[in-house]
Amino acid sequence: MGVKLLLEKANVPGIRTYDVYRREGGYATAEKALKEMTIESIVEEVKKSGLRGRGGAGFPAGMKWSFIAKPEGVPRHLVCNADESEPGTFKDRYLMEFLPHLLLEGLLISSFALGSNDTYIYIRGEYAWVADILEEAIVEATKNGWLGKNILGTGFDCMIHVHRGAGAYICGEETALIESLEGKRGNPRIKPPFPAIQGLWMRPTVVNNVETLAAVVPIIKMGGDEYAKIGVGRSTGTKLISACGNINKPGVYEIDMTISVEDFIYSDEYCGGIANGKRLKACIPGGSSVPILPANLLLKTAKGETRYMNYESLSDGGFATGSMMGSGGFIILDEDQCIVKNTLTLARFYRHESCGQCSPCREGTGWMEKILQKIESGKGEVSDIDLLWDIQRKIEGNTICPLGDAAAWPVAAAIRHFRDEFEWHIHNRALSQTSNFGLQHYADPIHVPA
Amino acid sequence: MSLQFNNEQMTEFKRLVARYPEGKQKSALLPVLHLAQDSFGGWLPTEAMDYVAILLNIEPIEVYEVATFYSMYNLKPVGKFVFEVCQTGPCMISGSENIITYIQTQLGIQPGETTKDGIFTLKLVECLGACGYAPMMQVGKIYREHLTKEKVDAIIAEYRMQVAAQN
Repeated sequence: MGVKLLLEKANVPGIRTYDVYRREGGYATAEKALKEMTIESIVEEVKKSGLRGRGGAGFPAGMKWSFIAKPEGVPRHLVCNADESEPGTFKDRYLMEFLPHLLLEGLLISSFALGSNDTYIYIRGEYAWVADILEEAIVEATKNGWLGKNILGTGFDCMIHVHRGAGAYICGEETALIESLEGKRGNPRIKPPFPAIQGLWMRPTVVNNVETLAAVVPIIKMGGDEYAKIGVGRSTGTKLISACGNINKPGVYEIDMTISVEDFIYSDEYCGGIANGKRLKACIPGGSSVPILPANLLLKTAKGETRYMNYESLSDGGFATGSMMGSGGFIILDEDQCIVKNTLTLARFYRHESCGQCSPCREGTGWMEKILQKIESGKGEVSDIDLLWDIQRKIEGNTICPLGDAAAWPVAAAIRHFRDEFEWHIHNRALSQTSNFGLQHYADPIHVPA
Repeated sequence: MSLQFNNEQMTEFKRLVARYPEGKQKSALLPVLHLAQDSFGGWLPTEAMDYVAILLNIEPIEVYEVATFYSMYNLKPVGKFVFEVCQTGPCMISGSENIITYIQTQLGIQPGETTKDGIFTLKLVECLGACGYAPMMQVGKIYREHLTKEKVDAIIAEYRMQVAAQN
């Protein structure tokens, strides 16, 4: 059993309610922070913890906090990014659904540290029932004096507001989220100015992911140094992984980032192996945007070393032979899955979600979808593969926000590692309509079912 | 103007607007459009959007550009129950295509269509964050997960019974 810092109490009956959460030691850390600590010391602990943003980018959270501008007389805001929309990712939903008060406690401590009197949770619109759970928890926390005016007699006022989005992946990007929170279309802003200087209503704003803000509770509870001892290298603390696809036990798991990818997939404590006795073909280890890896490069790096579930190891080899930790959305594909089709559904997703501001993304995502559809439906030509490669290269790095990159990377990685599967589709047009390319040389040599 | 929030809806409207600072009432637009859609039959006719614009003291175009941007707002009438079935990667590799085909057959409609009796609408949507519980669909506020053909049958029967009970 690995260390559990966030989900330790997730199975305690009634933990969703204030009374049980409090009885289990909840809000004691917030009390310590507000009564015994200074703003500076809280920020310092978060810096020392090495906590990296859990939404996908992995930017050090303490550093992000230290950028916030503090002009005289201008309110500052903390915004919790609960717009979880990256395909393969459903960890924040789990956290909010089962441990809403853990998030609120993290928000309270963080709001205090950042000086935010009005903190917003921007939650994706489809998580309507989760928004209800959060609203209920806010009412309970307010009734018990943890939110509102003059909290614990410290003179600090804080209110947390739930704001429901309405269906737009792009609003997970922090400046699009801010635009959306202002009642506009989710079009990302050009940076600078960064939100820390001019964010929500042009006021200094910090936007952090749900898991990042919940992690502030164990960090303050145990101290940044202790937190940093868990994990390895710059992958400190624990990470929530939402595992899905063709595995025996899909679900949300908390790992301490020292576990190998192989153990994570095959041990009964986590994914429990590939479903239906099939063999592993490929994996998208950090949400749909990150490069897909064939089984051989997933379990071991190109150098032949064991690959681990942490930021450094998952990205070992760069995009040539590695991938990324991303959001922790871990998608497993078994031997029956078609890489062309999988890439097509992701390309369609990004075309649908492009906000349309930048031409390379708006046009490029549509072209990629069309070409992939052509190959998938048995009408592809060899030159289409090069065209796809060319288009994705022209999107990457040429857009205001990272959605362009996120759309380009899955296509690039699919061609990089599975080019012969694309070629097989093109050379076997009729056959590709009735059967799959299968494993071929990507076969995971280790786990062949008897 | 015939479309108007009733007292209860107006109370909710005021609660939503109160979350934002004085003068920043436009921030309430997304939540208020949800309220309007829920209040006015599951979709947003132009009249509803114009009404929201007046309530928030903003231009109608500011409402239209938002309502057309976000996928959850329906700009055409929909059935009483909207089946929003996820078709993105993780659901696809877990068998969403079979489920979509099955729903089409059972309801006799294509994606984007509503059954003649006005009970069901079928919509294909992108990732709803339920990848570990695939295949899945959203119906109103609820997620229906781990879908099988048998489950789809039961869900359709359940909603048909709800409608019959109301009539």
